[in-house]
Amino acid sequence: MDFGAIFQAAFALMVGLDPAFLAIVGLSLRVTLTAVLIAALIGLPLGAALALARFPGRAVVIVCLNALMGLPPVVAGLVVFLLLSRSGPLGPLGLLFTPTAMIVAQVILVVPIVIALTRQIVEDLWAEYRDHLRSVGLEGLRAIPTLLWDGRFALATALLAGFGRASAEVGAVLIVGGNIAGYTRTMTTAITLETSKGDLPLALGLGLVLIALTLAINAIAFGASRIGARYAG
Amino acid sequence: MTAIDRRLLLAAGFYAGLAGLALAQAPAAAPPATTAAPGETRFITVSSTTSTQDSGLFGHILPLFKAKTGIEVRVISQGTGQALDTGRRGDADVVFVHARAQELKFVEEGFSLERKPVMYNDFVLIGPKGDPAGIAGTKDIAAALVKVQERAAPFVSRGDKSGTHIAELALWKVAGVDIEAKKGPWYREIGQGMGAALNSANAMGAYVLSDRGTWLSFKNRGDLVISVEGDKRLFNQYGVMSVNPAKHPHVKFDDGKLFVDWLTSPEGQKAIADYKIDGQQLFFPNAQQAGA
Repeated sequence: MDFGAIFQAAFALMVGLDPAFLAIVGLSLRVTLTAVLIAALIGLPLGAALALARFPGRAVVIVCLNALMGLPPVVAGLVVFLLLSRSGPLGPLGLLFTPTAMIVAQVILVVPIVIALTRQIVEDLWAEYRDHLRSVGLEGLRAIPTLLWDGRFALATALLAGFGRASAEVGAVLIVGGNIAGYTRTMTTAITLETSKGDLPLALGLGLVLIALTLAINAIAFGASRIGARYAG
Repeated sequence: MTAIDRRLLLAAGFYAGLAGLALAQAPAAAPPATTAAPGETRFITVSSTTSTQDSGLFGHILPLFKAKTGIEVRVISQGTGQALDTGRRGDADVVFVHARAQELKFVEEGFSLERKPVMYNDFVLIGPKGDPAGIAGTKDIAAALVKVQERAAPFVSRGDKSGTHIAELALWKVAGVDIEAKKGPWYREIGQGMGAALNSANAMGAYVLSDRGTWLSFKNRGDLVISVEGDKRLFNQYGVMSVNPAKHPHVKFDDGKLFVDWLTSPEGQKAIADYKIDGQQLFFPNAQQAGA
């Protein structure tokens, strides 16, 4: 394996700005970021509610959600595939082999991570500020917005973990997206395809670009939280 | 305004922002064609084999079809068995594969009204330069397979019900080797596509059956070379079928038929013949050949 060829391939991809390549990068970001946004909208309030609520079987729910963080992407993909297939219950929607199907599969993968980490973060905050929040009349579910806001920097890390899960996985998006050129081909499915075509330098070159993108997004998030922390005092 | 109120407002603002972003994403993420309004992409979904995709054939012919008809062809590339199942479930409008008996069964089951032959190429037995079975350069595929089995030379099988896998099993039968009974550690079923099988054969120094198209376009050959080629029994026929709307009313039968008709028309056939890698033609059109 010629390592020079790998960097050459990665470099050619990044400076060449081939429209097909840009479309692949654009789709990857669109699918992953949309999935993380939706997962945040679902997972942050649910995670916080789970942290504050007390009900029978709560421990079981927490263990199950923690375990779901390890849900194999290929299983999530298969479930979504069977649901969205024309012969499945949601077939009439015609969503199989579309970016929307890929977003759905990734939301399923990311939501447990957001809920489980949010639950832990909010529970710890609640333990620390319980007396103070109670003294100003915030208790139960009404304390959720305050706790989410106070924990925003830790929660941002939870969302980044979700983003990492979504951007790195190939099993689910391959099954429900179909790796259609110019339509549902993402960075990870393109890497799989180039590997099967035996073009290993191009496959690894794509891999380097994906890693660079992930690094950039994490750097932006880190910078934003630093600036935010300064203004928050 | 108390500090708590301010935080509540900020949290509400944060959520409104998130929701706004998600909504802004949603229309962009929606599939452009499920709401088939005029002016939106006209497309069909074709389930096909890894060989047509990995060999680059589709990259060559689909733009020509789109230029002529305006129809975008979205290709899901799978093994033949899986591609047929995708058609059976109604998840594809057209199926384009290479396993004649299974295609005829597909038609018999009513999933398509008609199967049309499109083109052929041939299979080649790929093996390491070292040639542990001593078969390099021979032409008799049956005799070669017998030797591979006798010497227990490493052999990679697709093991995925693909057209190539089905052809491989048929060739063992022709060779008189009961592979189910004779297989040992030398016979490695990897359950993956053609490219992956070639990558594995390269890494293991093993023999592997490949369609010629994928082999010609494959880039990670390492020590692999063609060991056996030219036997008539290595013939590899491709056929195309549009999915029967009586089974799945939602399929785009008319646009699918346009694609099938184009593939088998003189124009489509010429496009297939014109696809070459390093001057070598990969697929040979034969839509007019009776009984193909």
